[in-house]
Amino acid sequence: MSLPETLMKRLHAAPAGEPEWLTEKRRAGASYFETVGFPTRRDEAWKYTDMSRFSDLEFGQADNAELDQASYDALKLDIDACRLVFVDGLFNAELSDLDSMPEGVAITPLSQALKSDQPAVSEQLGHLTGIDFSAFSALNTALTGEGAIVTIGKRQAVEKPIYLLFISRNNAAPVMSHPRILVNCDTESEATLIEHYAGEQGAANLTNVVTEIEMAPASRLSHYKLQEASQSEYHVASIQVDQKRDTNFISHNLNLGGAVVRNDLVSDLNDENATVDLLGLFFGQDRQHIDNHTKVNHNAPRTYSNENYKGILDGRARGVFNGRVYIKRDAQQVLGYQNNANLLLSDRAEIDTKPELEIYADDVQCSHGTTTGQLDENAIFALRARGIDEQMARGLLTLAFANEVMERIHHRVLTDRVERAVAGKLPDRFNLESLVEDTSL
Amino acid sequence: MATEAMEQLARREYKQGFVTDIESDTVPPGLDESVIAFISQKKGEPQWMLDWRLEAYHQWLKMTSPSWAHLDYPPIDYQAISYFSAPKKPEDRPQSLDEVDPKLLETYEKLGIPLHERAALAGVAVDAVFDSVSVTTTFREKLAEAGVIFCSISEAIREYPELVRQYLGTVVPQGDNYFAALNSAVFTDGSFVYIPEGVTCPMELSTYFRINAANTGQFERTLIVCDKRAQVSYLEGCTAPQRDENQLHAAVVELVALEDAYIKYSTVQNWYPGDEDGKGGIYNFVTKRGDCRGDRSRISWTQVETGSAITWKYPSCLLRGNESKGEFYSVAVTNGRQQADTGTKMIHIGKNTSSTIVSKGIAAGKSNQSYRGLVKVSPRATGSRNFTQCDSLLIGDKCGAHTFPYQEIGNSRSTIEHEATTSKIGDDQLFYCKSRGISEEDAVSMIVNGFCKDVFQELPMEFAVEAEALLSVTLEGSVG
Repeated sequence: MSLPETLMKRLHAAPAGEPEWLTEKRRAGASYFETVGFPTRRDEAWKYTDMSRFSDLEFGQADNAELDQASYDALKLDIDACRLVFVDGLFNAELSDLDSMPEGVAITPLSQALKSDQPAVSEQLGHLTGIDFSAFSALNTALTGEGAIVTIGKRQAVEKPIYLLFISRNNAAPVMSHPRILVNCDTESEATLIEHYAGEQGAANLTNVVTEIEMAPASRLSHYKLQEASQSEYHVASIQVDQKRDTNFISHNLNLGGAVVRNDLVSDLNDENATVDLLGLFFGQDRQHIDNHTKVNHNAPRTYSNENYKGILDGRARGVFNGRVYIKRDAQQVLGYQNNANLLLSDRAEIDTKPELEIYADDVQCSHGTTTGQLDENAIFALRARGIDEQMARGLLTLAFANEVMERIHHRVLTDRVERAVAGKLPDRFNLESLVEDTSL
Repeated sequence: MATEAMEQLARREYKQGFVTDIESDTVPPGLDESVIAFISQKKGEPQWMLDWRLEAYHQWLKMTSPSWAHLDYPPIDYQAISYFSAPKKPEDRPQSLDEVDPKLLETYEKLGIPLHERAALAGVAVDAVFDSVSVTTTFREKLAEAGVIFCSISEAIREYPELVRQYLGTVVPQGDNYFAALNSAVFTDGSFVYIPEGVTCPMELSTYFRINAANTGQFERTLIVCDKRAQVSYLEGCTAPQRDENQLHAAVVELVALEDAYIKYSTVQNWYPGDEDGKGGIYNFVTKRGDCRGDRSRISWTQVETGSAITWKYPSCLLRGNESKGEFYSVAVTNGRQQADTGTKMIHIGKNTSSTIVSKGIAAGKSNQSYRGLVKVSPRATGSRNFTQCDSLLIGDKCGAHTFPYQEIGNSRSTIEHEATTSKIGDDQLFYCKSRGISEEDAVSMIVNGFCKDVFQELPMEFAVEAEALLSVTLEGSVG
């Protein structure tokens, strides 16, 4: 497959003055990516999402991280948090807030950590994803330079969320960025991490992020990924979690924006009593394409997983869900549960769903279920009979459908933001504000 | 614990492994145009049929063997297989059972299927396929009275060329997939059924397939056409003798249901699965597809799969007619080192079409089993409905059970549901039975039978009995 010339050049031009280990990793990433190229529909994992289009797209690179205040105010979450802000992949120190860092947490922009060649970076970068997690993650390895390295100290329960905000500008020429987020949760720690992807109207950049999360025994992490990029943005995310004994990982994968979106989320349950909760919500409109791939590897006995993904598709949007539960030989007494429910609001929308079980141990309980359908006409009738007009009834029921995932969000500001975003995607006559006032919620 | 009983079950012997010694008229191994011409000539086929075969052969040459299934087997040497084998003296075929080679009858006796008895008592017409050529066909007259055509495909090509030409390859085209292309090129026999308009077939039709000569692949081709408002229930059952060399089987079954027609196709497959180490055993690569061509037509697949070393089989329904219906009921049991990748495809094309999928998988020993299914609802198939349930039962900690259901839903006025579970026989279930004085073996048998009940009740009476017997035989080992 032919790759764009500018991309090829960039792949082979490793930035000068970098530590040797990084140059080596970049080379490995570049050569892997060159071998496989952008995935096409012939790759089983990309059957429903054709990425070969990237071969024809040209992306530049941002040279500054300036952002006007109005844009920033409109896009950020108003949340009391340890905040790092990135604009088109570049770190913006002014907008970030690292002064009031709570005890036991260390957050460093990746560029700074690389400059000072912190040993933690060389240990963690690519430790979980390797080189061959996917073509996009290899591309990230080859080209990354910014991101965050987050360390939660031993026995630290951090109340303030760690907030990483990635803003995509509406540039004259689209750019690509490859943020790398490295998270290390030490023993018995507890924290909340919010990855927030937002963009100016009309932004058409490519964000290709890789997140690697290492969880030491008995650590807990709530992970929120709120993706509300512009409807012309390309967004690819690869998340790999390594869970040790007694860990608890909760993922909230909330996808509301983007033109073409792909999430690959892999959790390895590597020791007993590791638990993972995967919650997902996606709402596609117009020609949005949202693809969620998740994989839970039960590599040890007595590990538990629970997954619930809900999709709403309107217009000509297309949604993809592929969830795999894998149980290794002799990983006995495992519980694995998987659910995917989809609501199609338009006849031109499409959902392709594939919940998979791959099981090599007998003393397990696994199940999955998926449904695809529409709003219950009887429920709509029941509401209308009570004086609620049809649009409002449809809106309420759609919101209720999404609520199963939204109600698991334990941050008021986030819940509000998501609820409003979902309501905002509903037909015009559905007015959440008036509803909120009416019931004085 | 039931472990010991389970292990014994995993070691069960293949009870129907024996070889009948009949001299075969076999071509040397290998495949080229001359072999195809030989088969065609042997069958006394017209030129168009030979051309059709050659066309398939040329397509096959350009294809590669599929590798997407969850199966692991060494590459097949297609030049090491002999593509034709027929019992001697095909010219003077026996006219009645008395004339049938006694050895052949003996084979059926050993299988526990006394042909005449079965035919007479059960009222079933049997078109017995022994090594590629139909040896005997019973109840022809009775069927002829109803206007039903039931004969071997070779005979149909000679006697009813216009019917065969009209429908052959319209459901499974020559180049559909690797194995279908191979079958189209070299198929040697199979059944042809035509039920005329408005006729309900007076009896259940049944064919017994049997693989015999070593190293001979079997390539059956079955075509069933049900005209408007016609109905038929077709039974297919298979057993094969014990062999050390892998035998390739690549059958194609095509069903065509016109308006208001109903075809029920039931299979019990009990081919030799190979020995404890996975040596020998049948490779079963089957393409089965039904086309609900007319409005309100209905096709129902029921299968009980207990045999074969490798099973690659996805009986499917193309729901083209409005309000047409597709059904798939399956029990698959794998044991030893068997591997099965099986499931179904339901393609909803017409409006208000519905489909039901019930799949029960039981994996024991070191076997691996996958359910692979596709439910596709096209944008214009509004008002469509699908319900899928696939449950897997694991017996022992060396086996694997996998589920790969694909769903592609293209409109908002359809309802699709899918459920799957995987677990073992519950210790509490076993304890409950045992505390009431039921032995562990009986309890396992009872629970497994209950697990499969949803599918067994879809089988025609004779088959249901046979299937349950087969399961009992399977579980017999666990009693000791």
